[in-house]
Amino acid sequence: MKIGVITYPGTLDDRDAQRAIRLAGGTPVPLWHADQDLKKVDAVVLPGGFSYGDYLRCGAIAAKAPATQEVVRLAKQGLPVLGICNGFQVLVESHLLPGGLIRNEHQHFICRDQKLRVENTNTAWTNLFEQDQEITIPLKNGEGGYIASPDTLKMLEAENRVVFRYLDVNPNGSMNDIAGLTNERGNVVGLMPHPEHAVEPGFGPDTDIAMRSGIDGLKFFQSVLKALVNS
Amino acid sequence: MPKIIVEIMPKQDLLDPQGKAVANALHRSGHPEIVNARIGKRIELHFDRDITSEDMANAEKLASSFLSNDVIEDVVAITKE
Repeated sequence: MKIGVITYPGTLDDRDAQRAIRLAGGTPVPLWHADQDLKKVDAVVLPGGFSYGDYLRCGAIAAKAPATQEVVRLAKQGLPVLGICNGFQVLVESHLLPGGLIRNEHQHFICRDQKLRVENTNTAWTNLFEQDQEITIPLKNGEGGYIASPDTLKMLEAENRVVFRYLDVNPNGSMNDIAGLTNERGNVVGLMPHPEHAVEPGFGPDTDIAMRSGIDGLKFFQSVLKALVNS
Repeated sequence: MPKIIVEIMPKQDLLDPQGKAVANALHRSGHPEIVNARIGKRIELHFDRDITSEDMANAEKLASSFLSNDVIEDVVAITKE
């Protein structure tokens, strides 16, 4: 299974995302923001970083890139798309997911191992988790405060489209503790924390068993492979 | 050089952390009379010819679709200079 990873100018987690895909058993395919050709990939990851220097608004210019426009077109036909951090911002700016992301309420960039609750396991990227499972993956962002209108929030909650919620600490002031969302169809998922940084023992968050042994992020990439095999 | 100026502000009811930080700093530096500060954006679109009404209409479209995000921002003014 080929999973594309788009590199924008300013992207910095593209190699980590490629490595995560490889460790999960998929074939990562590097994609370039200026190309419309997505090389017939079976899914796409929009990785973290600072696309176009975060100019205008985080993710705003990347949302207009030729590769993103093609992702938007194919996502509407069911292509699985995962947006991580800056990728989540791109998904919001390209209207694949509703709402917006603003500067953290405390105004600080934050970097921590973040506990999350998996609230929806019916998406292409979360089907291997258990309902209400608690996972820990790294979070690092300056503009991760999720906001939406009261109507949008009500709709998201009613349709079970909140996929991840922050546990213990809300690190950025996100409404309803929202850490990640999905679209109506469940093929597009965006979240602020970084699953690709928790995929290999020795490099992930600390767990009760051993330091840096957390690999909760791997299931994201294994989930999409399972979803693709079943589709 | 003729230009269209688009002014964008964070929505009124939205927390503006940047403005809040500046307001706090102003208070600390002896300006309690300034009760709040809000920070927005001014974007200049430059032209090498006279600006037509069509250009203004285009700028309005661009301002609402790309230059601002209506979830978090308001376009408060589009002017010609």
